[in-house]
Amino acid sequence: MLVPTLLFFLINSYIPMVGIYFAFTRFDFNGGLFGSQFIGLENFSFLWKSGKLVELTLNTIGYNLAFIFFKNILAILFAVLLSEIHGKWFKKITQSVLFLPYFVSFVLLSAISYNMFNYETGFVNTMLKSFDIAPVNFYNTPWIWIFLLIAFYLWKQIGYSMVIYLASITGISDEYYEAARIDGATILQRIRYITIPMLMPAFFLLLLFSIGSIMKGQFDLFYQLIGNNGLLFSTTDIIDTYVFRSLKETFDIGMATAAGLYQSLFGFILILTVNYLIKKSNEDYALF
Amino acid sequence: MNTRKSEKSVIFTFSAYTLVTIASLICLIPFLLILSGSLTSNESIIRDGYRLFPKEFSSAAYKAIFAAPSPIVRAYGVTTFVTIVGTAIGLFLMTMAGYVLQRKDFRYRNRCMFFIYFTTLFSGGLVPWYIMMTSYLNLTDTYTALIFPGLMSPFLIILMRSFIRTTIPDEIVESAKIDGANDFRIYYQVVVPLAMPGIATVGLFLALGYWNGWFHSSLFINDPHKYELQYYLYNIINTMSFLADLGASTGVTVAVDIPMESTKLAMALIVTGPILLLYPFVQRFFVKGLTVGAVKG
Repeated sequence: MLVPTLLFFLINSYIPMVGIYFAFTRFDFNGGLFGSQFIGLENFSFLWKSGKLVELTLNTIGYNLAFIFFKNILAILFAVLLSEIHGKWFKKITQSVLFLPYFVSFVLLSAISYNMFNYETGFVNTMLKSFDIAPVNFYNTPWIWIFLLIAFYLWKQIGYSMVIYLASITGISDEYYEAARIDGATILQRIRYITIPMLMPAFFLLLLFSIGSIMKGQFDLFYQLIGNNGLLFSTTDIIDTYVFRSLKETFDIGMATAAGLYQSLFGFILILTVNYLIKKSNEDYALF
Repeated sequence: MNTRKSEKSVIFTFSAYTLVTIASLICLIPFLLILSGSLTSNESIIRDGYRLFPKEFSSAAYKAIFAAPSPIVRAYGVTTFVTIVGTAIGLFLMTMAGYVLQRKDFRYRNRCMFFIYFTTLFSGGLVPWYIMMTSYLNLTDTYTALIFPGLMSPFLIILMRSFIRTTIPDEIVESAKIDGANDFRIYYQVVVPLAMPGIATVGLFLALGYWNGWFHSSLFINDPHKYELQYYLYNIINTMSFLADLGASTGVTVAVDIPMESTKLAMALIVTGPILLLYPFVQRFFVKGLTVGAVKG
C-alpha cells in the first residue's frame, strides 16, 4: 500500500537529484545529461563573481526571516485576542474573514496589487491625488516592495497560522485558567503565564517547518507580484525567481542548476543546524 | 471559556474587539476593490482611478466576457478536471500511505518516513526536475504534467498519518484483524470511514492547491486550450494579446469596445468566485481537521 507513494517520491524527487550534474557542465541541449561538457565549478564561480549569489541569498533569507517573525507574532496575537473574545457571532465572522485570504490564488493577489498600486489608476495613488499629494510610482521604486511583499504575505498567510494557534489554545484545559482565576490572576497574567507557554510546542513545529523552506521562499508571491520587472530586482529577486527566469527566458541551464543546488545545500545545512540547536535546548521540540 | 471573565478586563476586551475589527477590514477591502473596479466603467477608471465604490457604474466588463465565454469555460473545464482527478488520486494514495506509516508493527516505518521527509530537506532543484519532466518523461502539453507533481506532499502525508494515529485506536484494527479482515479490508472498511474528517482536510488542501495552480501550466503547457484557470487569468492580467483574442472572436475592436481595466478585474472575480462561494462551507472542515491533525505533530 505504500509502494505508489514511495515511487512517487522516487520519480518526483530522487531521480531529479541526478540532474544536479548539470550544475557542473556547460549545458548543451543536444548532448543531454552526459553529453554536455564538464566544466567543474565554473558555474558557481561565475555566480559568485557576478555578485548575484550574495544578493539573492540576502534577499531570500531576509524576506523569509521577516515573514516567519511577523507571521508568528501576529498570528499568536490574533489567536489570543480571538480566544478572549466572547461575542459568538463576532468571533465566528471575524475568524472566517481573517482566514479568507488564504484561499485566494496568488494570481488574484497580483490583480489586487495592480489595482492598488499601479501608477495611473491605482487605488492608493487615487487616494493620494485626492489629498493633493504627488502620486508614487510603486512599480519602479524598489525599496517600497520590501514592505509591500511582507504586507501581502502577511495578509494571505496569517489566518492559517492563527487557526492552528487557536486550535492549540482550545486544547488547553480550562482547569489551568480556573486555578489562575481563583489565585486572582488578571487577564494579561493568564495570557502571559498560561496561554503563551502552552503555545510553544505548536510554535516550534511551525517554526521548524518554515525554517525548512527558508531558502525556497514563496516563489508564487514574488513572481506574481514582481514578474519580470527588472527595475525592482535589486530588492525583490530571490533564488527561486532567478532560477525560474534562467530556465524560461535566458536558458542558462547550467547556471540555473548551480543556483538551485546552492539553494538546496544551504537550506539543508540550515535545517540541520536549527534542528540541532533546538534539540540541545529542548529535546521534545526537535523534528528528528 | 465563558467561565473566566475578569473585572478589570474592559480595556483589554475593548482593544481586542478593535484590533480584530481593523484586521478583518484589511482582509476584506482588497475584495471590495476588485468588485468595485470590475463594475466601474472603463473611462471612469482611466479618468478617476480605482475607488472603493464605483463612480460610474457599468457592467460592460461582464458583458464583454460573457459575449464570448468559450475560453473561460474551457479553462474552467481544465481546472475542474485536474482538481477532481488530482484530489481523488492523491487522497487515495495518501490515506494508504498514512495508514501504513502509523502502524507500529510495520518494521520499516521510520526508514520509509525518512525517505519521504528527506525530500523536503534536499532536492535537485527546479531545473533538473523540469528537464526530466519534459525531455525524459515527455510530459509537455499533457494533463499528467498538471496532475502528477501536486499529488502528494510530505506535509500532507504527515498530517494524514497523525490524524489516523490519533483518531483510530489500535484496538479497533486489532479486533478487525481477529475477525479475519485482511489489510486492504481494514483499510477501506475501518480506516477510511473513521478518518473522514482528516481526509476532508487533506482533500481540501489538495483541491485548493490544484484550483489555485498556475505554475505547472506555465512550465509545461504551450497549448492555450489546456491552460488552467489561474494561468489564463495570469495571461489576461499580463498580456493584452489575450484581450485582443477575446475582441476578435466577438468581432469588436479591442481599444474601443473591450473595457480593458475593468475586464481584468471582472475576470479575476469570475475565476475566484467558486472559492468565495464555497468558502463558508469549506472553512469549517478545514479548521476542524487542522485542529486534530496539526496540534500533535
